[in-house]
Amino acid sequence: MTQLALVIDLNVCVGCSACVTSCKEWNTSGSAGPLVDERPYGENPTGTFFNRVQTYEMGTFPNSETMHFPKSCLHCEDPPCVPVCPTGASYKRKEDGIVLVDYDKCIGCKYCSWACPYGAREIDEKQKVMKKCTLCVDRIYDMTMPEADRKPSCVKACPTSARLFGDIHDPESEVSQAIREDGGYALMPEWGTHPSNHYLPRRKTKMKIHADELERADNPLKLDQQLPKPDKDQSTLDDASAW
Amino acid sequence: MKPAFSVIFLTTLIGAAQGLFLALFTHQSYALFGLLPMQSDDFYGYGTLIVLALLAAGLVASFFHLGRPERAWRAATQWRTSWLSREVIVLPAFMGVAFLFGVSHLFGIRPEIVTLPSGMVIDLSVILGAAGTLLAFALFVCTAMIYACLRFLREWHSPLTVINYILMGGSSGFVLAAFYAASFAPDQADFFAGWAIIITILALIGRAASLFRNARLKPTSTIQTAIGVKHPQITQRSMGAMGGSFNTREFFHGKSAGFLRAIKPAFLLLGFVLPLVLLALGLFTPALLGLAFILQYAGLLAERWFFFAQANHPQNLYYQTIG
Repeated sequence: MTQLALVIDLNVCVGCSACVTSCKEWNTSGSAGPLVDERPYGENPTGTFFNRVQTYEMGTFPNSETMHFPKSCLHCEDPPCVPVCPTGASYKRKEDGIVLVDYDKCIGCKYCSWACPYGAREIDEKQKVMKKCTLCVDRIYDMTMPEADRKPSCVKACPTSARLFGDIHDPESEVSQAIREDGGYALMPEWGTHPSNHYLPRRKTKMKIHADELERADNPLKLDQQLPKPDKDQSTLDDASAW
Repeated sequence: MKPAFSVIFLTTLIGAAQGLFLALFTHQSYALFGLLPMQSDDFYGYGTLIVLALLAAGLVASFFHLGRPERAWRAATQWRTSWLSREVIVLPAFMGVAFLFGVSHLFGIRPEIVTLPSGMVIDLSVILGAAGTLLAFALFVCTAMIYACLRFLREWHSPLTVINYILMGGSSGFVLAAFYAASFAPDQADFFAGWAIIITILALIGRAASLFRNARLKPTSTIQTAIGVKHPQITQRSMGAMGGSFNTREFFHGKSAGFLRAIKPAFLLLGFVLPLVLLALGLFTPALLGLAFILQYAGLLAERWFFFAQANHPQNLYYQTIG
């Protein structure tokens, strides 16, 4: 069984929103019709997006850190939005685990959005149907494209390669290895939705130096008989060994 | 959650309709056993017309909730998994049976179905009334489970939600039945008003219990679990939208905390306490029963508004700051 998913490396994401714009560009140009945009150049622009980059700050300045956090549908393995749909418009594909909305069946009751704890679904105010990330299902299987392009639009756009795409059920896939080896985690695990998309944590490369690595017992200064002087009342190893 | 007026009117109108139907058939059942004088067919029949009018009004209100009402028929297909789909099936079924119940009384179509050994005659209207009663309860359960089944909306995810939908709908219907009886069968008003007092007290206890429970809920999801960062102090700086989005419009009630605090005693007073006082007085003054129903209905509208507004959706954690 296949479960396609994104793995997003928060250590690498710079918050440029290239994934947001490329997602919007691809998905507003597809056969499903445009994604609504209201007042795009006005005071309060609003519209439907499948992917948004949010920014969080941990701590208080100056001891603070900033994290950019792209958020889209997580294509849960046990999606709570699917069983509540009264029309069957929301469904999870057996063959690849993508959660999709059939825009021709959706009645726009918004109940699925209530049932998603992540706020991943946004209604299209013009078409009056619920929309969400499709993992670019109209792109990843398009055989007319070169194989390298058969990836979600956001993955292709990311300048820092923070977004990985693949089958998380295949233990040898790039995404599975990243989750396994780089500490991939799921959002809100407390609800048992088993999100397929995972996030890789921010991590810092630190060097651990122990005190005895700075003050070496075999200090080469010893060669000159100029030993670092210990306190007068302190016994040292040199007392016993240097004569 | 943002209270949607379509859903507020739907749930309160059909709740009153179900309650009124239950009240009418309760009376007929009492009369069948000789505990109360059997009323004319017109009494039950015209009462059922009010039931149907309320149900129809609720159904109309529900369509305003849909983005694509012309596709509403599709909503009956997923009854295996969706409580909303089940409601979409049970509501018209209940309407249909209530309609037949009304027809059976108004046109006197009451063929004898079975005569019990005790000599009691079970006619068509009794069978339809019993079926309608089952469907009325099924509809209460479906409506309430739409909310109670959403496990991360913890304010709703409780058996109290189902109990309260039944009790508040029942209370509203029995108050209306008391007023109806006071106008058309005055000697029967006491029966309905008595039951209305009992059910309203139970509804008040149930609603108070859910308020008590909800006031003590600790959120399961936090900003830490939402973004997966272990840090006691996390502030959102940007939500990825400058002019708001569906997420900011659908899941926040948009009123101040003070407004929320004020509406709680208001709906407790209007929806439960005042109707109880008026019911007690109304035992002697029928016009007060009409006032009781109207005030209570306003109170139940406020109650339903609060029911939605109080539910705190975990997605709100992701939408704290525009920037």
